[in-house]
Amino acid sequence: MSQLDCTWADSPGLVGALATVDHKRIAIRYIVTTLVFFALAGLLALVMRTQLARADNDLVGPDLYNQLFSMHGSAMMFLFAVPVMEAVALYLVPLMVGTRNVAFPRLNAYGYWLFLFGGLMSFTVFALNIGPEAGWFSYVPLAGPQYSPGKRTDFWAQLITFTEVAALIGAVQIIVTVFKMRAPGMTLSRLPMFAWAMLVTAFMIVFAMPSVMLASTFLITDRLVSTQFFNPAEGGDVLLWQHMFWFFGHPEVYIIFVPALGMISEILPAFARRRVVGYLGLVIALVSIAFLSFGLWVHHMFTTGLPPLGMSFFTVASIMIALPTGLQIFCWIATLTTGQPVRFATPILFVIGFFFIFVIGGMTGVMLGASTLDQQLHDSYFVVAHLHYVLIGGAVFPLFAGFHYWFPKITGRQLSERLGRWNFWLFFIGFNVAFFPMHILGLEGMPRRVYTYSAASGWEGLNLLATLGAFMVGASVLVFICNVVLTLLRGTRAGDNPWGAPGLEWATASPPPAYNFSDIPVVQSRSPLWEENFPVATVAGLPESVPTVLVTRLHDAQPDHVALLPAASLWPLLAALATTVLFIGTVFSPWALIWGSVPVGITLIGWFWPTADEARRHREIEIRPREAEQREVAFGELSA
Amino acid sequence: MNHTALAPGGPFAERIVDLFWLFGVVAGVVYLIVIGFLVYGLRRRPAGTEPVMAPVSATTLRAIGVALGVTGIVLVGLAFSDFLGNRALAHVPPDALRIRVTAHQWWWEIEYQDPLVTRRVMTANQLTLPTGRPVVLELGSRDVIHSFWVPSLQGKKDLLPGYTTTLALLATRAGDYTGECAEFCGFQHAHMSLDVAAVPPDEFARWLDVQRAAAAEPETDLQRRGREVFLTSSCRACHAVQGTIAAARLGPDLTHVGSRPRIAAGTLPNNSTNMAAWIANPQAFKPGARMPASPLASDDLGALSAYLGSLQ
Amino acid sequence: MNARTTLDVSRLPTYAFGHRSLMWWGTAGMIVIESTLFAIGLVGYFYLRGIAHEWPLSAPPPELRYGTWNTAILLLSGIPNQLAARAALREDLGAVRRWMLVCLAAGVAFQVVRALEFTALNTHWSRNAYGSIVYALLTLHTVHMVTDFVDTAVLAVLMFTGPLTGRRFVDVSENAGYWWFVIGAWLPIYFTIYLVPRLF
Repeated sequence: MSQLDCTWADSPGLVGALATVDHKRIAIRYIVTTLVFFALAGLLALVMRTQLARADNDLVGPDLYNQLFSMHGSAMMFLFAVPVMEAVALYLVPLMVGTRNVAFPRLNAYGYWLFLFGGLMSFTVFALNIGPEAGWFSYVPLAGPQYSPGKRTDFWAQLITFTEVAALIGAVQIIVTVFKMRAPGMTLSRLPMFAWAMLVTAFMIVFAMPSVMLASTFLITDRLVSTQFFNPAEGGDVLLWQHMFWFFGHPEVYIIFVPALGMISEILPAFARRRVVGYLGLVIALVSIAFLSFGLWVHHMFTTGLPPLGMSFFTVASIMIALPTGLQIFCWIATLTTGQPVRFATPILFVIGFFFIFVIGGMTGVMLGASTLDQQLHDSYFVVAHLHYVLIGGAVFPLFAGFHYWFPKITGRQLSERLGRWNFWLFFIGFNVAFFPMHILGLEGMPRRVYTYSAASGWEGLNLLATLGAFMVGASVLVFICNVVLTLLRGTRAGDNPWGAPGLEWATASPPPAYNFSDIPVVQSRSPLWEENFPVATVAGLPESVPTVLVTRLHDAQPDHVALLPAASLWPLLAALATTVLFIGTVFSPWALIWGSVPVGITLIGWFWPTADEARRHREIEIRPREAEQREVAFGELSA
Repeated sequence: MNHTALAPGGPFAERIVDLFWLFGVVAGVVYLIVIGFLVYGLRRRPAGTEPVMAPVSATTLRAIGVALGVTGIVLVGLAFSDFLGNRALAHVPPDALRIRVTAHQWWWEIEYQDPLVTRRVMTANQLTLPTGRPVVLELGSRDVIHSFWVPSLQGKKDLLPGYTTTLALLATRAGDYTGECAEFCGFQHAHMSLDVAAVPPDEFARWLDVQRAAAAEPETDLQRRGREVFLTSSCRACHAVQGTIAAARLGPDLTHVGSRPRIAAGTLPNNSTNMAAWIANPQAFKPGARMPASPLASDDLGALSAYLGSLQ
Repeated sequence: MNARTTLDVSRLPTYAFGHRSLMWWGTAGMIVIESTLFAIGLVGYFYLRGIAHEWPLSAPPPELRYGTWNTAILLLSGIPNQLAARAALREDLGAVRRWMLVCLAAGVAFQVVRALEFTALNTHWSRNAYGSIVYALLTLHTVHMVTDFVDTAVLAVLMFTGPLTGRRFVDVSENAGYWWFVIGAWLPIYFTIYLVPRLF
């Protein structure tokens, strides 16, 4: 065992697992948790589809059905789609930029625990028949105190609080890690595409999430202490909710989608054995998408009777976002046409599936963005079709591509190619059978969120078909789970770089050691492992007696100083438990804000307070900035 | 049931479906082109061993530029066609028939407007429209947000508490159409349908005269007994029948309920058996509906149903 | 790996001030998030005002007295705050301790005055949307003010008791930055709550 092994190792057993601040262990947990929520939310969908397979069906009554679709949407959006992308980023980004951990390791742990407890709360209240019932976007006045009595909507609003805080924490991690902890020589123009995508996503999270946090807080206070934000009788406004929610809600779907774009920009070039075409264009496209996405939200409100001039503006913006999205697609196709012929394997199959499915979703998105067309299509099954085409085609398919691609790196074992193909084809065919008919159902007048419909409506046939497709999708997920379990038990071992890919994450063992790299490489290219003499140099002299990382400069990735990272600790878990008590307490009483803050304060102090032992170890290796300046050491010194 | 956006019964829906086909054809062509290039990129060809490190050729970059430019032009064209469509839909001639629609959980209150209050017509869950004459709906809600949607005639419009929105309708093809509530509004959002009948103008005038008249006098003993039951039990607390002392507005107006094709906002076809079953236990058909069960003896129930059926 | 050439970082400092430090960026991230929250709250205020027939709704504007005193106290607290930050840069422990205590004294003062502000708003959160948004804005700022006070107090205690490393001076410097944010965020909120109903 080297010094690095000792310093970075977690304590064995349960305590070590609970106290770990290793970004990889936390990320794996995070990913697995989101997949459990994904499976649960998917099961809810299967129940809904079973109910809708026949006209006038009585398998599920309106009360349960309304909870089912509200939980399905809320769990998929808040407990799966955003968190899984962040979790994958929290695993990969430190490896991709060549550092040993994220910028704030304990905060990382805290973010995961908070997310977990929020998710547990949601499914628990659902199991107790007090789950949210007003849809994943919870419009007022339906979700307000008068029309949604009880605590159901309050639990929904707190689900928001839990997951948005966790997402904001993840976003700050990613920004600071990408900005300040890149390996020497990795200027921003050499940053991997996935890291760019996550950087852009993190900024979107920072600016979008506060809106829904404030909105959900206003909803809670309207319900709990009689504020009047959304009550027209007392100067409030029902559309205020919609504006505040969708100002977050539209960027939210790009928060889910942009990471997937980053994944494709990693996987596709690796399979085409070619550097991605149009790196600069792709980065500019990502940034444009992020900016534009904040200017579209009113397209969710086209039928509320807004002034026509406003609607025209949002139509143009909604349609024009197809332009940077299109640029991405053109660059990828150019990468394929100018690269080596692709060797088909599960990851690239899912990428190809993305093209087939997402482009349809993008087209229907342009239709929905046109305010005139939207007058017919809004709130019908056409929208249900569209949103699943873009979310599943545009995010879940790339995610599954990513799972199959990075699984060997994460676990050291290669997923079965045979099961992967079954997974892909069942998913691809099942998805289209399930969701394509819904375009037609929407045009045939079927509204969203109906627990049943009459035989006379003529909607039964297509609904039955959709249900069959849904079960196929369910089967494909089962195949995936089997693949993962069997592979973990006895799959083939993977080497460092099974795909022959160029990124830094492939320059270390599979799975990586706790400290990621034995030696931090110096980077001189966008595709480091495809360069002839990689690495040109490695970093030496990082203290190893405590966890340390190299902090580099934002604009030129030159070494700046060494950051001493905190050791593993149980405080983040305790703080998350205290926060959970605070959040759940405020569902029942506003006073919880006061007494609930006390344990939170105590645990945060415990977390932050340095131990004498750690202080001593830090002082042993301490080099003060003034001393370093006096010795005129600005950068590290290259030596042959 | 006629509730498809693809078979329009009037110019507004026609305009929208034309736009849909334009977008759809463009989408189809673009999709085939993109997939075509994708397949071309995946085609089998001799492979090298090393990754391609050469910079991308100027031709390829130009091709991407052209694709981007063409995409931009197409998108601008589509946006412009939508803008034109918007303008066309916004134009409503001044002599429109005005109808006030108020949404409730879970039924539609309909009031045909007139400068003279006594000539106004109150009905529920049903619209009869004259063909060829524009109609303007003034939309509002008593409780939560709903959305009025008759796909064969027009796009939809939300009904919001605290606001009045408007929607123009124009039926040029006579026929029966169906509408739905298109904004999730609680338990029985799925059972908030309305029946729209587009009829020639003279037939419409006749219909309006009949609707303006007070409730028909019962002709048989059974119907008389039914009116007795109606006026002495809890029905009066929520429902009005013009010409009797029942004048409450909490539930749908029943003055001409016998002439409606369906009852309970489209939950059941309108016949005497269904009417009796509905009154006896609304929760069996529409759980969560605001109407309580009626503890009536079965022959009273039959009489009541006969009376209501006679209110044509 | 071919590692014949090395980049030797063994003489780099183990902490750094200002935007060189990770903590600075973390704090900046917090500030951006909170600023967005405030901005959306302020937009909400003007939205509700825009749809109202009169403003304030059924109430006289909030009393100017306490809010204005607090603005003065907050601005003045910037002085010990900045002096504490400079002392931290110099790694002067004695000065850091002194100026942090002065900051805390200012903190007690503005929290007391803030409590008085709440009694003089001339409305109630449950009365109407105007009352709700005024209370929301003031409460948002108060929460930040209180948590910053607690942060500062804990850090101040630590600077007295130890255990200390050089990194703690960076924490003091970052904390001062956040304190400036609490002051800076107050100005548009003061303007909106107290002056907008009177001026426009």
